[in-house]
Amino acid sequence: MVTTVTSLGRSGLSDWMIQRVSAWVMTAYLVFIVGYFFANPNLDYAQWSELNSSLPMRMFSLITILSIAAHAWIGLWCVLTDYITVRLIGPKATAIRIFFQLGMIAASLLYVVWAIDILWGI
Amino acid sequence: MDKKRPVNLDLGTIKLPITSYVSILHRVSGVIMFFTLAVFLWMLDTSLASEQSFNDLAAMFANPICQFIIWGSLAALAYHAVAGIRHMIMDFGVGEDSFASGRNSAWAAMIVAALVIALITWWIL
Repeated sequence: MVTTVTSLGRSGLSDWMIQRVSAWVMTAYLVFIVGYFFANPNLDYAQWSELNSSLPMRMFSLITILSIAAHAWIGLWCVLTDYITVRLIGPKATAIRIFFQLGMIAASLLYVVWAIDILWGI
Repeated sequence: MDKKRPVNLDLGTIKLPITSYVSILHRVSGVIMFFTLAVFLWMLDTSLASEQSFNDLAAMFANPICQFIIWGSLAALAYHAVAGIRHMIMDFGVGEDSFASGRNSAWAAMIVAALVIALITWWIL
């Protein structure tokens, strides 16, 4: 059996589970933040920074950005392994795909670090 | 692996059903968001850096180019969320019993996403 070394969960079932759990986390964050903007149409800096510097909101935001990174990793892995294939684009496909996969993983991790820097730098 | 194995699925010659378009757009919107995430993080950073940058960001929302970028980012997010929620409803065994219900929920996702994107457009303008 070929092991999918660049997938996040190393198995389809695990990836599926991570994809769904992260989707629920992101849905919760989206519902919360949209509701918050609707409830506070005249939001000012003091209120916004107070919300985002509170520990519960930092935790919620951190779990959300981790979910985004995992979700993007799995989703882009699916897209890259479906379309950048030897059958579709020729013999260089594997090298090109690995390059994009590693770039995508690096970008996901950078997003997480950036978000932590923002949230804990308030 | 046998490299000459037959490949029967030539997408270019097949008339795709609505479910395929919903799926393809789900992928496209997901890939777009991988890049627009940088826009959202930049906005979060700018909104939290200082009161001055918070107000600068608010003023930027009046710029048509900024509005267009935000509109595109939010539209991709709205579509992806709606199509994703369709999958999550299916996870509970709802609407996955037949091809017909799959097509119906695909149309429903398209319509709901269009309505949400219309709301976003109205909100930005």
